[in-house]
Amino acid sequence: MIFIVSFLVVLMLVGAVAASIFRDLISAVIAAAMVSLIASILFYFLQAPDVAMAEAAIGAALTAAIFIIAIRRTKRYEE
Amino acid sequence: MRRIVSILLLIIVALGISLSLAKIPFGAPKTKVGRHYIDEGIRETGAANIVTSVVVNYRGFDTLGEVTVLFIAAIGLGAVLTASGGEKKRKTEPASLVLYTGCRLLFPLILVFGTYIFIHGHLTPGGGFQGGAIIASGFLLIYLGCRERRISRTASNLAESLGGLTFVVIGLLGLVFGGYFLLNFLPKGTANTLFSAGIIPIIYVAIGFKVGSELASIIDNLIEES
Repeated sequence: MIFIVSFLVVLMLVGAVAASIFRDLISAVIAAAMVSLIASILFYFLQAPDVAMAEAAIGAALTAAIFIIAIRRTKRYEE
Repeated sequence: MRRIVSILLLIIVALGISLSLAKIPFGAPKTKVGRHYIDEGIRETGAANIVTSVVVNYRGFDTLGEVTVLFIAAIGLGAVLTASGGEKKRKTEPASLVLYTGCRLLFPLILVFGTYIFIHGHLTPGGGFQGGAIIASGFLLIYLGCRERRISRTASNLAESLGGLTFVVIGLLGLVFGGYFLLNFLPKGTANTLFSAGIIPIIYVAIGFKVGSELASIIDNLIEES
């Protein structure tokens, strides 16, 4: 159990750092959505299924979709 | 030299923070109110899910504020987007057959799942916010896969207004019957059955409709304008 959780936390950190250094904004949004998804899995492990559901639906799905729609309207690559 | 000083400063700050954090007993119950909710929650509210009994019953007024914040955000987004550009129809490429059929098959299942989550909010994990967000993600799927299908604005506005109105009217009825806002004036019933917990399921269904239609209309506005 502790190994799964530490693996997920490391993956989450990698995703967070990747989201901040990616030049391709769509990749950055997907990395941020991955952070949210792992956060929701961790919430489930911490016995908070209510928060996990909200995080998975809003953080991973809707926020990423809104960011991608905004990127389609503007520029895809950061200068 | 400056680098060494800054590293030393960082170490001192980190030591200070960690020493002061080590003094705090994390996880130890500090207040008596949490214990009270766990022990007496089912008896006082009739909801088997303690999180729901706190969100809708003990802290129902905060939930009303939260719903209002979401409502104002949706209104602001709609106002900004409709003010910046007029209605314009862009030709969209039709999706492939696999995507189209998959969306049409999955959409009703997602709707049923979201509805289940907010109707059973007082029994199982989840509730109005979670169910509404799941329903909105179903609408997102429809917008991405079947672009020519649209929900009607009137229906979504109606669902949103009715949801908010139900919440406030039930709160005012509590004021009329018992003397304070959002009083649980309906019979509690036996815990762990669908028709129990008084006003909690009604409020959560209202919140589910409201949040679902609000988030769906946010996505609708964004996709329409881009």
